[in-house]
Amino acid sequence: MGSIGQVNGASYFLCFKEITELAIKPLTKVPVRIYHLMSHFTKIVVFVEVKTSLCRLSAITSDSYFSPMENILALETMKEGHDGSGLGLMLKDLGGVFADFKDYPILSCICSDKGLDMLDEYMTQLGFETKFSWSPSIKTGIGIKPRDHYIARAYDYPSAVKGLDWRAKEEVLTQTRLDLRRLGEEDESIFAFSFYPDVLALKEVGDPLQLGEFFSLGNGQLEARQIIAQGRQNTNYDIYLYACHPFFIQGYATMTNGENTAFVPIKEFLTGLKNPAYRGYNSDSEVFAHILHYVDRTLGYPLTYYKDVITPLSNVEIDGRADAKALALIKRSLRPLCIDGPNAVVGFTPDGTVFMVQDAKKLRPGVVGGRSGKYGLMSEECGLDSVLPERDRDKDIFPMKYDMVIVPPGASEVIVWNQLQG
Amino acid sequence: MESTSGINESNELSLAEFPYIIRWREDRCTRCGKCTAVCPTRAIEPTVFLQRRAFSKGEGPNPEVTREVMQGVQQINDLERYCTGCATCSFVCPNVAIEPEYNPHHKFLFFKNKGGVPYKRGGRRNDPGVSTVDQLKFSRISMLTDPALDAARHEFYVRTLLGRVMPAEDLPLKTVDDKLMLSGPSTFIPPVREIFPIRIGSMSIGALSPNMWEGLAMGITYLNEVEGIPVAMATGEGGMPPRLLKSRFLKYFILQIASGYFGWDEIIHALPHMQEDPLAIEIKYGQGAKPGDGGLLMAYKVLNLIAEIRGVPKYVDLASPPTHQTKYSIEEAVAKMIQSMSMAWGFRVPVYPKISGTKTATAVLNNLVRNPYAAALCIDGEDGGTGAAYNVSLDKMGHPIVSNIRDCYLDLVAQGKQNELPLIAAGGMGKTGNLAANAAAMIMLGASAVDTGKYIMQAAAGCLGDEYNRCNICNTGRCPRGITTQDPKLYRRLDPDKVAERIVDIFVSANVELKKIFAPMGRSTQLPIGMSDGLSVSNKETAERLKITYAV
Ligand code: SF4
Ligand code: SF4
Repeated sequence: MGSIGQVNGASYFLCFKEITELAIKPLTKVPVRIYHLMSHFTKIVVFVEVKTSLCRLSAITSDSYFSPMENILALETMKEGHDGSGLGLMLKDLGGVFADFKDYPILSCICSDKGLDMLDEYMTQLGFETKFSWSPSIKTGIGIKPRDHYIARAYDYPSAVKGLDWRAKEEVLTQTRLDLRRLGEEDESIFAFSFYPDVLALKEVGDPLQLGEFFSLGNGQLEARQIIAQGRQNTNYDIYLYACHPFFIQGYATMTNGENTAFVPIKEFLTGLKNPAYRGYNSDSEVFAHILHYVDRTLGYPLTYYKDVITPLSNVEIDGRADAKALALIKRSLRPLCIDGPNAVVGFTPDGTVFMVQDAKKLRPGVVGGRSGKYGLMSEECGLDSVLPERDRDKDIFPMKYDMVIVPPGASEVIVWNQLQG
Repeated sequence: MESTSGINESNELSLAEFPYIIRWREDRCTRCGKCTAVCPTRAIEPTVFLQRRAFSKGEGPNPEVTREVMQGVQQINDLERYCTGCATCSFVCPNVAIEPEYNPHHKFLFFKNKGGVPYKRGGRRNDPGVSTVDQLKFSRISMLTDPALDAARHEFYVRTLLGRVMPAEDLPLKTVDDKLMLSGPSTFIPPVREIFPIRIGSMSIGALSPNMWEGLAMGITYLNEVEGIPVAMATGEGGMPPRLLKSRFLKYFILQIASGYFGWDEIIHALPHMQEDPLAIEIKYGQGAKPGDGGLLMAYKVLNLIAEIRGVPKYVDLASPPTHQTKYSIEEAVAKMIQSMSMAWGFRVPVYPKISGTKTATAVLNNLVRNPYAAALCIDGEDGGTGAAYNVSLDKMGHPIVSNIRDCYLDLVAQGKQNELPLIAAGGMGKTGNLAANAAAMIMLGASAVDTGKYIMQAAAGCLGDEYNRCNICNTGRCPRGITTQDPKLYRRLDPDKVAERIVDIFVSANVELKKIFAPMGRSTQLPIGMSDGLSVSNKETAERLKITYAV
């Protein structure tokens, strides 16, 4: 096997192998995709493309609290796949300074001075009372221009809301987040990313490692049991914070490395569902979070049906499933939610389950590995090496097109659910 | 003052007024008579004329003049017998001695409406311009930010749904051990068919010759059973041969019921003997080529077979009324017809209306949205074809299909119903030969499928018609290709096997072309219905109207 060069960050390899040796195990630190097969006399010529795709994903789930710096360091090892143009962090099941505020909704946002005044006025008017407020200690002088306010604030519910059941409370929180977004959207004075108990979001433009330093994320104030992080590869001239992954809605979050070619029909279907929270869509990836929310929460389907909705099986494959009848109906009814294009989706659900799924052709890299108590779901193996160097590498899982890799809360085990078998 | 019209010809038409002028070459012609025998309109006839000849014999110029009686071919300057430009005379001429030439300065329409009878014809709208759908380009090309797919290597799902799709919220499902199961047999789940997104649109067995129809039917069957491409074909008004109604092939056909109900006696009688359900039932309320006008099968085409299938006497004009006479409101027309048709097949067959393109399409659509049994809406735009219609209807009535479909789709999107009620676009699909590209563009604008008719006649059977009014005499029963005639002398010119072969070629190629469009756009898992960000057009108004990208 020998390299024949690098094009746009993607290395191309050419190798000559006997046909029996076609099952190539990835030798490099990045996943390998067989690109093209061509019979060449008695040998098979295999062109292998080592994809270094857009954006890098780094998710960690553990039974104990850990620092987001672990995610960031993992992103750093995968640096050839992102250009350091942004970092998005979503923390769930919080420790650190938020350990004692698990029942209070936390508003994560970025504001200008004016935005903060508007926000305070609005929250007071609604009757939300600040229980605890946290802002990162900003380290200046490392080339990142600080915005006025980075805020994560735990609120106590207004008295009228306190007595409501959880679903009703959730609606109030979502509506409040949407209202804040509307308030500060035009002049970009408020970016409200999430307003939910035990969940915190932090996003900024810049190199992930530098941002870790900039936000002093190593100081132990922020910790969580599930953290998903995306290192951004920019494809736009201007980076708009609402277009930055991960995306959050009512306890569900997803992040993606890819391009969603079915974006417009999906967006139009979601907005037609008349859920006021199905809006935004500054990124074609935001729909992945909303589909998850719709399938799992609104329709009440078990989580694995997320995979069946976004990458439906062929009719023949469906016939092989025990739930074939239901699946055939779902495939039709949710036809516009089928994704297309290259995508690895990593996300979490309200109970703290973390998962990874691939597009129907497995066009993006992804690997899951770890040990009981801590697992990483990464774009590349080197990311896992950084977080879990002690794990048994032979047990690493490279989810293929039919797989949904699920790590339940507590991270005691990893389940590979195969769509063909259901 | 007394007119001189009785004593000279200055008020008669000259051939310069005619749409096609015959170029006959005396020097090549052997006077075999084939061209005059074959001309469907008798526009040419053998004639004799006196010819002056000057010959010089010997060394010097010493011309001798003789006058000889010659035989030849002449074009008749009678508009009842105008040359249609079909060029059948050229096909049969062994010596390349005759051909029609289009006359761009003709004044055909000024003289054609004789005796108070407006000009009737078959064919299409005589507008040779580039249609809007042909101006649309596919511009969202996947390349580096996402890899383009490989049309030859990756799996593609080029299928659409015909039938009312239930919203997910209404599906009768329950969760058992982390699996979804049907919660009970009591909920009605409307029938839905999975078909190839290009269908053969309604062309009746009366309008088409038996050989043409048989060729189409054979081609469709082969595509479904051998190629595995589930192409559907609609019958048009007038039923089907009873033999086919009772055959297992019925499942590939969409039976049309129109305002004349022709053929439905036979269909109803065949019902108890049917082995298969039809693919769907299409209720025709309108036709793009002649909106607001009923069907018309002229007497010359009502011969034995057609009289038998339709249950009518021979040699009578079969006119279907412009509307379904028994209904007096849209609620009744749509709801009752859909319901009774559904009931006839035990609610196992999708039933949908077809209307002509119109500004009121969204009103019809919204009526259907509220009817849970309505399986789709087919809209036939102004570029649709017909076997017989008034020229004025063909040329001047109707609505372009592109904005009609787009408006309807966006209307459904606004209601969140775009996946529930499929829209089928018809009229002018493949007008200039780009069938797959037109279909893909309509799909990206929001259609679930497209219908094509004229393209099929042209590509599978060599129909001679075009937008310069070439041929277009389908109404007369004298189709020179044997496509739209019931005269065995004419339709034996058409080999049904060849038609079937071409049908298979057309759809197998369209299948590849669709993949060639979808692959570079990164779409393979589902049909890209409503993927309007994939389209662009170089005309600003069109872009704004259709809400797509303006790109120059
Ligand atoms: S072109 Fe057709 S209509 Fe004209 S003379 Fe020839 S055969 Fe007749
Ligand atoms: S060839 Fe036949 S079907 Fe085609 S335009 Fe002429 S008459 Fe009509």
